[in-house]
Amino acid sequence: MTSRHPNTQHKSVIDADGLQSLIGVLRDEGYQVIAPRASDDAMVLGQVNGIEDLPVGVRDEQDGGHYRLVPGGGRALFEYGPGPQGWKRYLYPPEERLWRARRHGESFTIEEDSQSTDKYAFLGVRACDLRAMEVQDKVFDREPQGDPRYVARRKNAFVVAVNCARAGGTCFCVSMASGPRAKDGFDVSLTELIDDDRHVFLAEAGSKKGVELLERIDRRPASDTEMSRADAIVSQTAESMGREMIADAEHVLARNLESDHWETVADRCLTCGNCTLVCPTCFCTTVEDVTDLSGAIAERWRKWDSCYSMDFSYIHGGSIRREGAARYRQWIAHKLSFWHEQFGISGCVGCGRCITWCPVGIDITEEARTLRDGEKDL
Amino acid sequence: MPEPRKAKLAVWKFASCDGCQLSLLDCEDELLELAGAVEIAHFLEASRATVRGPYDLSLVEGSITNSHDAERIQKIRRQSKSLVTIGACATAGGIQALRNFAKVDDFIATVYAHPTYIEALAKSTPIHDHVRVDFELRGCPIDRRQLLEVLGAFLNGRRPNIPAYSECFECKRRGTVCVMVARGTPCLGPVTQAGCGNLCPPHQRGCYGCFGPMETPNTASLSGWFGSAGADQAKIRDLYRSFNAAAAPFRRESERHD
Ligand code: SF4
Ligand code: SF4
Repeated sequence: MTSRHPNTQHKSVIDADGLQSLIGVLRDEGYQVIAPRASDDAMVLGQVNGIEDLPVGVRDEQDGGHYRLVPGGGRALFEYGPGPQGWKRYLYPPEERLWRARRHGESFTIEEDSQSTDKYAFLGVRACDLRAMEVQDKVFDREPQGDPRYVARRKNAFVVAVNCARAGGTCFCVSMASGPRAKDGFDVSLTELIDDDRHVFLAEAGSKKGVELLERIDRRPASDTEMSRADAIVSQTAESMGREMIADAEHVLARNLESDHWETVADRCLTCGNCTLVCPTCFCTTVEDVTDLSGAIAERWRKWDSCYSMDFSYIHGGSIRREGAARYRQWIAHKLSFWHEQFGISGCVGCGRCITWCPVGIDITEEARTLRDGEKDL
Repeated sequence: MPEPRKAKLAVWKFASCDGCQLSLLDCEDELLELAGAVEIAHFLEASRATVRGPYDLSLVEGSITNSHDAERIQKIRRQSKSLVTIGACATAGGIQALRNFAKVDDFIATVYAHPTYIEALAKSTPIHDHVRVDFELRGCPIDRRQLLEVLGAFLNGRRPNIPAYSECFECKRRGTVCVMVARGTPCLGPVTQAGCGNLCPPHQRGCYGCFGPMETPNTASLSGWFGSAGADQAKIRDLYRSFNAAAAPFRRESERHD
């Protein structure tokens, strides 16, 4: 079972042992392998040392403000949807020290924290999250206002994507044209194929690094049947997707900035900020300068912030978005509309996290639809 | 060049459990540094020796519950360049403000066999109801890192980094799974100010609201959620009636469910 295919066009098949050695090879190469792991309550990202750390036969149940892990009954390793955290947690950590300064009498020196050398391999990245990385690249990988730490981590990262075999309860990637098939942006992609007597993965390389990795693993060429099975699985996922973003959300939002509907959403919105913190593309941060008691050391920290905090829009004289309505509007309109102008792409990838993890279940697809339907009544 | 004069720090206690002052003593590693940076002029929990005012910074713990204290806080204010209140008692009236929802004389009659010498005001009130307060540090008890941040900011003449957004920020930054969404557990996190260091949700418990209302709390929406998760009116009311029961947004919300 050790034929070698240097050609990226070729798809090959690996079994569970192959996946085990894929993780092993990545670790040998110095990668920290990060994958969703089943905690008590959810699939949370964490380090894995082998396939024994991956969840077996666990599914999730997701709806607005609702998430539960439930037994799926089978052997599948990737049968669940997007978890509460995006991969930005690793590429763009929630709290990061930018530099530290030391006072020497009347002068001071700045000790810049060294460039990140973190080397992550992300295992189990879904199509929506591949798109989310592409979106964040547009935000951070640019001169002069980019972020060198993000860029360094991103360049170092190895991405193993997984094609979704089940649509999550709040997913709407089809209508955002971001999934459920991983088309690009990965080094290797996997489609899990399970039937009575076998459990294998159709593997495809998406980069030179991916080709090289697969060359080091036991595998065999994929048969036509296996390739069409994999296609059918992803098509079935696309067909069974329950939610959908309205067409042309960009302009619908732009036309409705003065809608009465914002007040209705504000009655429910907690202004808690969860939607932004779970969103894999939201990138806003705040910068805090701290000193020790003696004033000998000062540090600058960057922390995830949110357009839902009052400080976020604080300018001389106070916050400019005092009302919940103004903050919800800012968030959804930036995501679906202004983002296009700013970065040439939608800020939403259809992962559904903001719907699931909004405690009161406010649904971005429903709010956009309500705004559009309101136009018809005019 | 003569050494600049050290700032004079005083710590005052009103109706409280002393827990917040203990957070200051708890700053073990930093305590020596603090003693080097300030002159601790009045801190009975730490030392009986006291230095007369005026003081550069007064930390005030506790709420006002009797007329004697109502006068004492005025004197302290007059002697203090800056006055920072610490903890739920000082910033919101504390757990003892539960009496604000009932008749204090009934409590006195129940607790004391001979209540003749008991003098108590009808309500337990926060310090800012009595004097001007320069900064309020929330918590029951306060968080020692936040206290050091406030002291560091005061000593270095900068604004303290004490955010007023929700506790959800702390959950998400730390990677804590939401207990409301993943367990259906009632949690005050979305209406509570961050700052505790994310103590309860990582242990699958809802936030108890120790840090009081966040900057723009939508308690009505959250109570709606509690209701649909099966909480009856009394349960919803009681969720808001704890350490910060008298903080206006929590008080109003609990009264809606009385
Ligand atoms: S806006 Fe919501 S659905 Fe869209 S990418 Fe962000 S979290 Fe996912
Ligand atoms: S939309 Fe939901 S998650 Fe976002 S701030 Fe409002 S209540 Fe919180």
